[in-house]
Amino acid sequence: MAFAPINKNYHDFFVVRDKDACINCQVCVRQCSYGVHYWDEARQCVRHDNTKCIGCHRCEAYCPTQALLIQEKPSNFKPNALWRPVFIKNVYKQADSGGVLLAGMGSPVDIPVYWDKLLLDASQVTNPSIDPLREPMELRTYLGSKPTRLEFETTPEGPRLKTPTKPNIKLNIPIMFSAMSFGSINFNLHVAMARAATEVGTYYNTGEGGLHESLYKYGPNTIVQVASGRFGVHSDYLNAGAAIEIKIGQGAKPGIGGHLPGEKINAMVSETRMVPLGSDAISPAPHHDIYSIEDLHQLIYALKEASDYKKPVSVKIAAVHNVAAIASGVVRAGADIVAIDGMRGGTGAAPAMIRDNVGIPIELALASVDQRLRDEGIRNDASVVVAGGTRCSADVIKAIALGADAVYIATAALLAVGCTLCARCYTGKCPWGIATNDPYLAKRQNPDIAAKKMANLMKAWAHEIEEMLGGMGLNSIESLRGNRDKLRAVGLSQSEMDILGVKPAGR
Amino acid sequence: MKYVIVGNGVASVGAIEGIRRADPDGEILVISEESTPTYGRPLISYLLAGKIGPERMPLRPITFYDKFKVKMALGSKVVSLDAKAKTVSTDDGNTHPYDKLLLATGGVPFVPPLPGKDGSGVYSFTTLANAETLVDVAKNCKTAVVVGGGLIGLKAAEALHDRGVKVSIVELAPRVLSAAFDDKAGGLVAKRLAEVGIDVHCGTQATEIKRDESGTIVGVHLKDGSFLPAQAVVIAIGVVPAAALAKDAGIKVDRGVVVDERLASSDPAVFAAGDVAQAKDLILDDNRVVPIWPNAFNQGFYAGKNMAGADSPYLGGLAMNSIAFYGLPTVSVGIVNPAPGEAGIELSETLDEENATYRKLVFKDGKLVGYVLVGDIDNAGLYTGFIRFKFPLDADTKAKLVSGCPSILQWPEGFFDEKFNPVGAQEIV
Amino acid sequence: MKKIYPNKAVCIGCHLCEVACVTAHSKSKDIILAHNVEKAQEGLAPRRNVAQEGPVCVALSCRHCEEPMCVAACISGALTKNPETGRCEYNEEQCVGCWSCLMACPFGSIRRHPVKEKIIKCDLCAGRDMPACVEACPNAGLIYEDRGKD
Repeated sequence: MAFAPINKNYHDFFVVRDKDACINCQVCVRQCSYGVHYWDEARQCVRHDNTKCIGCHRCEAYCPTQALLIQEKPSNFKPNALWRPVFIKNVYKQADSGGVLLAGMGSPVDIPVYWDKLLLDASQVTNPSIDPLREPMELRTYLGSKPTRLEFETTPEGPRLKTPTKPNIKLNIPIMFSAMSFGSINFNLHVAMARAATEVGTYYNTGEGGLHESLYKYGPNTIVQVASGRFGVHSDYLNAGAAIEIKIGQGAKPGIGGHLPGEKINAMVSETRMVPLGSDAISPAPHHDIYSIEDLHQLIYALKEASDYKKPVSVKIAAVHNVAAIASGVVRAGADIVAIDGMRGGTGAAPAMIRDNVGIPIELALASVDQRLRDEGIRNDASVVVAGGTRCSADVIKAIALGADAVYIATAALLAVGCTLCARCYTGKCPWGIATNDPYLAKRQNPDIAAKKMANLMKAWAHEIEEMLGGMGLNSIESLRGNRDKLRAVGLSQSEMDILGVKPAGR
Repeated sequence: MKYVIVGNGVASVGAIEGIRRADPDGEILVISEESTPTYGRPLISYLLAGKIGPERMPLRPITFYDKFKVKMALGSKVVSLDAKAKTVSTDDGNTHPYDKLLLATGGVPFVPPLPGKDGSGVYSFTTLANAETLVDVAKNCKTAVVVGGGLIGLKAAEALHDRGVKVSIVELAPRVLSAAFDDKAGGLVAKRLAEVGIDVHCGTQATEIKRDESGTIVGVHLKDGSFLPAQAVVIAIGVVPAAALAKDAGIKVDRGVVVDERLASSDPAVFAAGDVAQAKDLILDDNRVVPIWPNAFNQGFYAGKNMAGADSPYLGGLAMNSIAFYGLPTVSVGIVNPAPGEAGIELSETLDEENATYRKLVFKDGKLVGYVLVGDIDNAGLYTGFIRFKFPLDADTKAKLVSGCPSILQWPEGFFDEKFNPVGAQEIV
Repeated sequence: MKKIYPNKAVCIGCHLCEVACVTAHSKSKDIILAHNVEKAQEGLAPRRNVAQEGPVCVALSCRHCEEPMCVAACISGALTKNPETGRCEYNEEQCVGCWSCLMACPFGSIRRHPVKEKIIKCDLCAGRDMPACVEACPNAGLIYEDRGKD
């Protein structure tokens, strides 16, 4: 083509093909769902169109001769500290489209990652470290409301607990799979998460898309979510899982609802969500029945009523400015678990401006919520689960030291099954078969393999957590929970350290 | 258990392999008039053409008979069968008792009452010996006439032509390959033969083989009045079942030896397989003599298993032929020439004369029952599958078959996993 | 016997099995030489082929049937059923290219050699512990195991 629109040539990636190594097998052609690679009939060889590349690296991973390299296209623009290329390109795009810039996965912007500024302690000489390979190490965690004090009475059979207890869920590892709705990711991955959670003794969260009946058998390891769209919510659903979560907000897009495009609503999604085939599934920004803490209280108790008070109810909120006060209200409204989703949390689709500019980092939100609940004496009324940008077991253990009871992971789970963070989840064309319901692409996730990988990740992190705990001289995750003395900060300001409740390294 | 197999064609090999599936130790004796172990009978045209040497003829390695513990009585002709005493007698004076007998005697070439047929220079083309003879004949022969434009006749003509003999084919029907193929396929083959220089005379017949005073053949007179000069005549009209042994022993014989689903004849100790047997047909659902190679093997195989005590019903043979003429491959399977006006029949024909490709599909009652492929034969097996498994076809699948794109993924749901991925069929939950 | 079982629920249609097959059956056993040199010179072609109908794909090759139609149809003795291993073995030397097996196999598992008047078919990678296609499959779409008879 002699002329391409201005914005087409400012693409982000280019393909380097080693002609000597290329065997023209066309594996890349078949793997690319964006049409980058193609068979050139005239030249009888495989060629590519750089402008279409989104940088998912699927072709690179599948090329049997390592003939492909996907590279970031060096900027064509004159260096400018203010007008970085991303802003320039966004303006071009919007000048063409007139639309909102969409984005997928967590925010890639350069906001401080406090996990990296926090360092863990270890035992030396004065208190012995523990070898988890030789001695018991307890990672078991219970989520739900705990009584303030325990009262016992003496009976002829012996002492008996007098205090009534509320339902809790038991985690073998303080990590759960975070909410990713069926529809935003496909059924194969829901199967995989369900199996992996069952295998390692933790939970996965259905997200707001309902739960397909064939997955009810994994109910003991399932948290069912109720969001503003109420998709797939009915009595059987509420009772199918081990816990119920009300989704108020999502870290990647606080303040707005969700939109699953009609193209992703296939027969199975339609059946599960209880929405017509092919119609858009729109979750409103607010719950239309929640305008106050009192309203939230009503919904929490409506769900408890519906599930016979047998299941803890979680409320998930996005980490926003006054998250501590909100969390306090949530606990007072009767939530057994408060889930806080930080701004680096992932999403299937969000407006880029909101994803990159709204909310606060999870580390600060967690520290302030934990502190607030302690200050108000209601910390034991609810467990705190954090989500949004947990990358490794060290992040998990730091979160627990900052006060979390458990951590939700989602992006890491998707990475485990191949996601490369190309962040085009909203197109429905995920070449890794994750954020897509296209039957040709979705089967790229073999549930057997995906379940194994997800379970492996959980187990690996659990091992590392045990090692780090042992190194600190602790033999139970309970002993670390909220134990901020095990953390020290580097490179943080005094006010950041105050919020995090940690001392600077060296002190 | 003592098994006697009369004949050493492919049915005999099938029977040996079949018996050994069910009975590893029983005594097996093969008695054959021919003096060589089983050879690939259709290979005689390759041998005559000089494409392969005699060392390539055996159908199984020489170790086969030892490995399968088989005794051979070669060059020994069975002359009588005593069904009561359960013995067969041979022309060398031996009598062999059996517990189970398999008649795999094949067919004998049919030679019509043609004036001049008796005497030198007239040959059949069904055995290795025939082929060896013709190799010698071809050395001193400039022109030859092949009577019969069927598969054997055409392959004989092609082979002789390869030996440098000028060959003419005479066929009574209006086209060559009238039985296995249709007009268009026959036309493409005839065209290819004409291109290489083989004369084809259809719609006429030989009336006399003309000999000179010394008895040497000089040519063949045809009904249309023409005369084809020739020094040799090959008669390849067809074969008739060699069922005399059975008939004489009082066993039920129609066109061939009538056998049931287990390939047993009217005498439960006597089985028949191959060109001599009149066995079940997969599509027509009645008993027919279909003298083709794969049926002979399969019938032998099932007869063998059943003789050895397995109760293994033969599902029926499927008429099929695959022959290439000077690089033009042709395949014909099942019913390819349905009777005109037959109910429920639907035909689809796609002819590309320029590229010498042709595809004809015959549907009956919504199922594929036959096809012809010329040129592009790569999907033959898939079409055969649709016939063999008798799949009912929806409009979409039918359209794909018609357009030359059959696929296993068009099979009915569940059948794929049954055949290719049994056990733990793919419930992904 | 151990056979290769294709699973169409997870076959992603990448054709890496074909690439592996060609390489394993090349002289050089070098993926690049096999495809860029030998394929052109000697007509290497895969013995396993991916079928696709819409979004559904599956990689198919010889089933090594219990009662193989190809062996019944073979006029030259090139195809035989090995009673010990259960494999349908193919001896290229013997093959005369009559295409009878290609016609008889109802699974369409036999193909013509691209240049020779011979057939090609899966030999379960004779000499390898694990067939190359199974090894190459990135999604466990091919499973090599013993599921009992046939």
